[in-house]
Amino acid sequence: MRQRLRFYLGDELREIDAVDPTLTVLDWLRLSERRVGTKEGCAEGDCGACTVVVGRLDGDTLRYEAVNACIRFLATLDGCRLLTVEHLKGPDGALHPVQQAMVDCHGSQCGFCTPGFVMSLLALYLNEERPDGQRIDDALAGNLCRCTGYEPIVRAAHAMYEIGGRGGDRAGDRFTDRAAMAEKLKALRDEEILSVGAGGRRFLAPATVPQLAQLLLDNPGATIVAGATDVGLWVTKFQRVLATVVYTGRVRALRRIEDRGDALVIGAGVTYSDAAERIAALYPDFGELIRRIGAEQVRNMGTFGGNIANGSPIGDTPPALIACGATLRLRRGEETRELPLEDFFLEYGKQDRREGEFVEAVILPKPAAGERFRAYKIAKRFDQDISAVCGAFRLTLDGEGRVADIRIAFGGMAGTPKRAAGAEAVLLGRHWTEETVRLGMEALAGDYAPLSDWRASASYRATVAANLLMKLYVETSDPAAETRLVGDRRLAHA
Amino acid sequence: MAPDITTPIAPAATPDRIQGAVHDSRRHESAHKHVSGEAVYVDDIAEPAGLLHVYLGLSSRAHARIRAIDLSPVRHAPGVVAVFTADDVPGVNDIGCMGKHDEPLFASSLVEHVGQPIFAVAAETRDEARRAARLAVIEYEDLPAVLTIAAARDGERALVTPPMTLRVGDADAALTAAPHRVEGRLAIGGQEHFYLESQIAMAVPGEDGEVLIHVSTQHPTEVQHIVAHVLDLPSAAVTVEVRRMGGGFGGKETQSNLFAACTALVAGRTGRAAKLRPDRDDDFQITGKRHDFEIDYRVGFDDSGLIEGVDMLFAARAGYAADLSGPVTDRALFHADNGYFYPAARLQSLPLKTNTVSNTAFRGFGGPQGMVAAERVIDEIAYALGKDPLEIRKRNFYGADPETDGRSLTPYHQTVTDNILPELVAQLEESSGYWRRREEVRAFNAGSRILRKGLALTPVKFGISFTASHYNQAGALVHVYTDGSIQLNHGGIEMGQGLYTKVAQVVAEEFQVDIATIRPTATNTGKVPNTSATAASSGSDLNGKAAQAAARTIKERLVAFAAENWGVAPDAVRFERNRVWVGDRDMSFADLVRAAYMARVQLSATGFYKTPKIHWDRAAGRGTPFYYFAYGAACAEVTVDTLTGEYVVDRVDILHDCGRSLNPVIDKGQIEGGFVQGMGWLTMEELWWDGQGRLRTHAPSTYKIPACSDRPRIFNVALLENAPNREDTIFRSKAVGEPPFMLGMSVFHALSDAVASLARHRLCPRLDAPATPERVLACIAALRERDASSQP
Repeated sequence: MRQRLRFYLGDELREIDAVDPTLTVLDWLRLSERRVGTKEGCAEGDCGACTVVVGRLDGDTLRYEAVNACIRFLATLDGCRLLTVEHLKGPDGALHPVQQAMVDCHGSQCGFCTPGFVMSLLALYLNEERPDGQRIDDALAGNLCRCTGYEPIVRAAHAMYEIGGRGGDRAGDRFTDRAAMAEKLKALRDEEILSVGAGGRRFLAPATVPQLAQLLLDNPGATIVAGATDVGLWVTKFQRVLATVVYTGRVRALRRIEDRGDALVIGAGVTYSDAAERIAALYPDFGELIRRIGAEQVRNMGTFGGNIANGSPIGDTPPALIACGATLRLRRGEETRELPLEDFFLEYGKQDRREGEFVEAVILPKPAAGERFRAYKIAKRFDQDISAVCGAFRLTLDGEGRVADIRIAFGGMAGTPKRAAGAEAVLLGRHWTEETVRLGMEALAGDYAPLSDWRASASYRATVAANLLMKLYVETSDPAAETRLVGDRRLAHA
Repeated sequence: MAPDITTPIAPAATPDRIQGAVHDSRRHESAHKHVSGEAVYVDDIAEPAGLLHVYLGLSSRAHARIRAIDLSPVRHAPGVVAVFTADDVPGVNDIGCMGKHDEPLFASSLVEHVGQPIFAVAAETRDEARRAARLAVIEYEDLPAVLTIAAARDGERALVTPPMTLRVGDADAALTAAPHRVEGRLAIGGQEHFYLESQIAMAVPGEDGEVLIHVSTQHPTEVQHIVAHVLDLPSAAVTVEVRRMGGGFGGKETQSNLFAACTALVAGRTGRAAKLRPDRDDDFQITGKRHDFEIDYRVGFDDSGLIEGVDMLFAARAGYAADLSGPVTDRALFHADNGYFYPAARLQSLPLKTNTVSNTAFRGFGGPQGMVAAERVIDEIAYALGKDPLEIRKRNFYGADPETDGRSLTPYHQTVTDNILPELVAQLEESSGYWRRREEVRAFNAGSRILRKGLALTPVKFGISFTASHYNQAGALVHVYTDGSIQLNHGGIEMGQGLYTKVAQVVAEEFQVDIATIRPTATNTGKVPNTSATAASSGSDLNGKAAQAAARTIKERLVAFAAENWGVAPDAVRFERNRVWVGDRDMSFADLVRAAYMARVQLSATGFYKTPKIHWDRAAGRGTPFYYFAYGAACAEVTVDTLTGEYVVDRVDILHDCGRSLNPVIDKGQIEGGFVQGMGWLTMEELWWDGQGRLRTHAPSTYKIPACSDRPRIFNVALLENAPNREDTIFRSKAVGEPPFMLGMSVFHALSDAVASLARHRLCPRLDAPATPERVLACIAALRERDASSQP
């Protein structure tokens, strides 16, 4: 058991013995360290003003990721490197290329969101060469600006690669000596449980699955935290006091995706960012859905296990996973069990998870030949928005054009992510025609009784859900029809 | 493809010119501090030792009597030092800006909206104050709550402030006589400012009751007055300082009074510095927003679409108190014509009292709502006649020549003398390829099953000046130091719009020194008193002129000194490119200044400016409220998904009139940003209250402002060239803060156009705002139904 938190703040090793288990990185920076360049805009991970860059080991390589400091707990930085906007200027006071590009392109007006944008751009700059327009939009989707209309910031995102005539040459950049920093972080890595706390409250971060399993048996009331993109808000918005936090992010075994041949076994700690590419290769439209979950900062923290375990009726991965026929592996102590994902969600706020049990992995079967998968996320805004309705479909037609298999799952339509059993039954075995689809649309009305709230009215939800079935039909029957407004439009007919 | 960023927007400084002269594209004076995190906002100021953190206890009811209140759990919570209620206010428990005494700092016996402050708690840390504020036990007796415009209009029609009527001609007679008539109703939602820096104030107590307040406000003088009023102090004991704000947009014109007064109260009573920064959710609930409106309109027109008469009633949700609802609803009427001539009109406002937060200023200040109504009327005419809306727009523009065409009188009896819309729109029509793209959109729609495109070109005419004429004044204070450096202070607030940069350019130009010589300092009521709000797009116009006057005063003294000292005629003293020529002798600016100082010449001066020509008689509904008009136009193309109501903005072309721009790149930033904000208002930004009057969209997780990818995919923005202001404004520039906001209407009307294509453009879709995907889909369904029932 290690009782000291260790991470790098820039190049400086920080070791902290006493820390509030839910102290946020933002509060630590602003209140304890007086590093006030990082701003609080919303304290819920939605505006990006607090964006910082965290370097972490992914295997043996160092990866830099933009994250929201406002909902990330300080103790989760164990073994990482934290970079803030104050780190960017050179020792001679020269602006970093990212900063210079923002100045040259007039990317700031009031300037309050600017440090966050600079840090999101820094993460992009460190990770990618010459991103295209779509990629830049995605990298900036989690940063809100109320002044500029974004255009000059996007210009800066292009221009930062040109600053100083370096033309993309990263030599001389202070953050690119990754091998050296990776070695430093490796030196911090151990297999011990991290246990830090203050005032009788503990932050426990196991390094292995058996440690995690045992800690959860030993601490039955503990709150499991993975990406903290939800739990972070319990603290910042509802001021909940969590006595014991068990953090899963250090468990490397949970952050792996294993190819089992017929399926991917996705560890519960795998983030959306980690999984996006592997999943997109199997299910392009699932990849597109992941592109639109939260924004970069959220995808860099949020995990598959967390999205499932918290049981939200509006989580975006469960409908897609259910439509794909995914199963869930739960573990309690030494015991594991598997169940179809849809059976995990019992009712609103209630999942089939026993005390001390945790989500270990989700098993995503690979698509069978001839199978078509579509996912649609409907919200007021395309990026960084919670779905009003999220629908996912897996369709297989037989040689005669009849529905041989169909799985339909929706989020936002009931108290849990839920399959459309009635519609599936109506469609199964029928010829895949507009008439059939209309029967399915009618049946959907019996499958769900959605609620009205600020995201959408019940009637909009019901109408859109039915219309998405029609969209699926058009996309699978009329290759010429244009149906997509965002993302790769080829996906409609993939 | 990376855009070519090397293309200059305007000529950079050359050896012939100083750095940062007027009309140069010059970066924001704080840009290098913004990007490094070194720009200091109120929450970043090093806190004085012993500072207390303040948090507000809020009403959970929309309308109720407070029967009992138990604050002892708050007082006994960890870290709590003191709790304050209405009983603790030494002066007047009122923070309203209009002197109506309808807006208490703390509610005492009656609460009138959810989120209304009832008490403040001061604690050692912010977290402790915030936790303690939740512990109050308040017993309410609920009263009937009026939450919506409909409920207010159908009920007692209580008003927060007297309504206004504008009349020109005989609207009823014109409507009766017109060959065609249409009437309808348009609902337009409100808008949260969502300044990225939330409200904040920090008060530092001094001696003899004095207090220094650092606050994020657009109106330091009003904060000063309110604090003095609440604390029973003379204004001279209160100093307010603002270096910059992290966005305002009107949301910090009056709404910062509360936070400043509260911290000043705590500082005054405890003798310790005090800071109050609400959480974002509380900021949303406590502070007012853009007014939502329901507008009933009737229009009469001839076969060609020419308007003959208009009758409109503007019902606005004012909230529980007056705040700025009077001038806001007035400005809605002033802009209910947008760029169109109404031979006869009756325009009435109805600022309705509701049990919701008191709505306030927001970029455009009611003007946008008036203009959307004007554009709806145009759409109605176009659909009724089967013509392209652009044709109807052009047909109804004000005349270009008030002397000859008799189409220049506004409903408020000001004559439009500077109308450039016909030329401006013609230019944009051409550069955007409107008619070619109209055909392309038609062709696309004919062949598309699910996606539909829409196109619209909408104009903007916006009146510049505060309609409260006395606000159109400004002061400045310029100090020249003996090393030749210059300190510049004025009454305007830097909120990102580049005001400090522009005014510094003015002073640099006057002294002919590089802009780096000029150091703008924080706006401070102790340096320049009796300032007007930085609002109504007036910042550069007023403060630029005031600073110019101050600079000219000093310059005149320097000229007189130099002429006498070196024995030349005053006109032989010339300031050029960091040098001063005195006859054929030249010296640095600093050398001249030093010599002047040794000769005991005063090197500091104030400057003052008041806008000429304006006057306004509200009771009569007549006058010249605006010094001039700013113009612009935007052409938007959108694609709508008819299965979901979602949409994207494919392309926007803007041509905007900044007169002779003081700083083209900063103005372009105002145009791009204003456009996107205006588009957000009319599309995705939705305020949603539940049946108990609780705002449920109270943070960015639920209230969606445009994100990066929502901006137009192709975004062409140009400033109108060769168009100096016809009035003698600062270097013939025009105000640019608010006017571009209304360019966002083009997206709203393009969405409407896309929907209209589903019924062959023969029915007006009557889309309400905000046009969320849900509202677009509902509009499509309603239109299809109307279309089906209108078929034989």
